[in-house]
Amino acid sequence: MSQEHSLNPENLPKDPAKATLEGRNKFLGLWFFLGGETVLFASLFATYLALRNSTAGGPSSQDLFGLELVFIMTILLLTSSLTSVYAIYQMKNYNFKKMQLWFGITAILGLGFLGFEIYEFYHYITDYGFTFRSSAFGSAFYTLVGFHGGHVVFGLSWLIAIMVRNAKRGLTLQNAPKFNTWALYWHFIDVVWVFIFTVVYLMGMVS
Amino acid sequence: MSIASTQKRGFGAILWDYLTTVDHKKIGNMYIAAGAFFFILGGLEALIIRIQLVKPENDFISAGLYNEMITMHGTTMIFFAATPLLIGLMNAIMPLQIGARDVAFPFLNSLGFWLFLAGGLLMNCSWFLGGAPDAGWTAYAPLSVVSPGHGTDFYVMGLQLSGAGTLMGGINFLVTIVTMRAPGMTYMRMPLFTWTTFIASVLILFAFPALTVGLFLLMFDRMFGSAFFDIALGGNSIIWQHLFWIFGHPEVYILILPAFGMFSEILPVFSKKRLFGYTSMVFATILIAFLGFMVWAHHMFTVGLGPTANAIFSVATMAIAVPTGIKIFNWLATMWGGSIKINSAMLWTLAFIPSFTIGGMTGVMVAISTADYQYHDTYFVIAHFHYVIVGGVVFGILAGLTYWWPKLFGKVLNETLGKIAFWLFFIGFHLTFFIQHFLGLMGMPRRYWVFLEGQGLDTGNLISTIGAFLMAIGSVVFVYNVIITSIKGEKAPADPWGDGRTLEWSIPSPPPEYNFKQLPLVRGLDPLWIEKMEGNNKMTPAEPLDDIHMPNGSILPFIMTIGFTIASFGFIYQVDHSAWLIAVFGGMAIALGTMLARSLKDDDGYHIHKEDLEKEVD
Ligand code: HEM
Ligand SMILES: [Cu+2]
Repeated sequence: MSQEHSLNPENLPKDPAKATLEGRNKFLGLWFFLGGETVLFASLFATYLALRNSTAGGPSSQDLFGLELVFIMTILLLTSSLTSVYAIYQMKNYNFKKMQLWFGITAILGLGFLGFEIYEFYHYITDYGFTFRSSAFGSAFYTLVGFHGGHVVFGLSWLIAIMVRNAKRGLTLQNAPKFNTWALYWHFIDVVWVFIFTVVYLMGMVS
Repeated sequence: MSIASTQKRGFGAILWDYLTTVDHKKIGNMYIAAGAFFFILGGLEALIIRIQLVKPENDFISAGLYNEMITMHGTTMIFFAATPLLIGLMNAIMPLQIGARDVAFPFLNSLGFWLFLAGGLLMNCSWFLGGAPDAGWTAYAPLSVVSPGHGTDFYVMGLQLSGAGTLMGGINFLVTIVTMRAPGMTYMRMPLFTWTTFIASVLILFAFPALTVGLFLLMFDRMFGSAFFDIALGGNSIIWQHLFWIFGHPEVYILILPAFGMFSEILPVFSKKRLFGYTSMVFATILIAFLGFMVWAHHMFTVGLGPTANAIFSVATMAIAVPTGIKIFNWLATMWGGSIKINSAMLWTLAFIPSFTIGGMTGVMVAISTADYQYHDTYFVIAHFHYVIVGGVVFGILAGLTYWWPKLFGKVLNETLGKIAFWLFFIGFHLTFFIQHFLGLMGMPRRYWVFLEGQGLDTGNLISTIGAFLMAIGSVVFVYNVIITSIKGEKAPADPWGDGRTLEWSIPSPPPEYNFKQLPLVRGLDPLWIEKMEGNNKMTPAEPLDDIHMPNGSILPFIMTIGFTIASFGFIYQVDHSAWLIAVFGGMAIALGTMLARSLKDDDGYHIHKEDLEKEVD
């Protein structure tokens, strides 16, 4: 069969990501997976909420958090979600070049977020001596935010891998579902961050 | 297929075939084989526990070893015996019941199996590497955090590996059932075993991540010095109990719902009557699953959550007895007026109903939070959950294995041996556990190495141990039956029971690798039965004969699992020496590298051609 040939709007289905059973299965499978991820993060949030005031005499959330940094991080990640929507829009238009471009921007924004997060952790550790082992609050903070950061790292590696792999091949019915599921995954990471922003940082500043 | 199987193949080729297979039937069989192995292991541990408790102040094994035995018995039975035996049956049977050629993600299916197996083997390595986990299968903090040696580390990494595998299995089943049902197979025409597989998969999906998090916290506390459960640094050990039971209670329903499903398949066939109250069965299943998430704190009544929380969880728990009761009555009504045939599959089913009901009734007793202060952590609770787990889940697995054995392996198990195994096991079971209710009420605590003389506990414990040996003999007879049947048994036809109602009985035993030459057209509940009633005796195809697309086998899941296993050893031992970090990074590199290879390599599968299919005889 001619799945190898790259696609163009004349000879192909409306949504290349869901044209095959494999594509639909992947998409649905990722939705279910995100259901499980929701429980994972819910458990981490619950743990954090239970321990966020257990500072054991060490630095507390009011001492540590600065809204400027977190605000920039939030903007970067939210924008990256938007650019990934553009990328998928271009995919449905069979414009592979533009899709790659928007995904490229998404990756750069994601890397920016990650850079700031690493800086943030570094800052807490060197300037405040606030580590994973300082207190139950420290353990819970780094675990929750770190799990999210780990998801970002995984997502970026995944995106870069499929972008590089398919750079010369154009859009096919094989790789379209991969980009599509990736975008879904990325939105989820974004939503989790919105909750982290609210529950960890905003609530941590006021109480 | 027939061409390949008639050729003699060397051991190496067969091994390679199994290491790389993505066929749901072969994977299912491997789950069953591995589950049976761990069941025997867990059974031996149980015997050792019972020998230790055969008389007062016995010193058959040391107190430390006793703790390892009870921990490994519970963990092995729940995670490595009962769960995989059920997942194996789901894997092998569910796609056949919905008229599918495979599961949605064959590659992931194989990965899930290998991860489960690696987890089970890893945890059992601890026996030879300084001592097994000893903080109970519930691994309550802070005991599990301070427990010396590496035992608990093996517990954490072993469950983490196998848990990931189980989660993959769950997602796979969900997608398979949603997208791959044959034409005409609507949701409300799905056999009950498929339904319960579906609902149990939902439970797996939402329950296992809570355990994953709990295990991570425990791992971080033990290996990296975090303070989640360290009271001195503000930690809180109750968090573990919550996370564990948010997983743990749904887990008991992950086990029992598929067993319910199997009984709901067996009863109609051997009563020659359609399942009574199909719709209410489906909704009762959904309701049980939903309530199953609302009741976890009934394991924590004595922790001190306060009267309000205890009251709410108490009432919610008792509510589960209602949908469960609906099921019991539906099963009874299915038999009512039917032409009942009693064989060994049916015997397990008939024995299940009263045994499980007793377990349900003691369940309501322990659900009364005030009364539970008396029952908690005594042998009464042991009796309760063995009545539901053995009388429900294990009876279900044995019934299901007997019933589907011809479909899985092409031969019908010997009836006489089957009945002997049943009676030994059944009598042994009640002998072992019925008396434990009274031992518990008399105050015998669970998880104690010895009991004292002169407290009226001697006779009860002796009886209990005798019962355990009867169960062991029963299991041996079952295994003997399996061996004898595979040597001498005669080849089974497609529908060996003669009264099969569902799609799996419309294809050869064992089915060819592509299951259905042509996808069947489903015209109602019990599709094969409908065709039989209309004199067709086989399914009407829903498509013309054409090439069949098949996925390629792959060794990658196996390699990926090896990577994760190496990394797990690294995590366990890096506490002693940082050189072990090499294993962590090396193992992860192997695993992630394989994952990358999988994602980047195109794998289009292959086709079985129409001409070859025409040559095959049905
Ligand atoms: C009517 C249904 C049921 C009710 C009301 C019920 C209630 C309870 C309660 C309240 C406890 C805690 C007792 C204590 O620790 O003091 C308990 C323990 C337990 N139940 Fe059930 N249960 C039911 C069905 C089941 C089923 C279907 C299974 C498994 C297939 C099961 C497996 C267990 C296990 C394994 C434990 C002990 C856990 C441990 O502490 O190690 N139960 N049950
Ligand atoms: Cu429970």
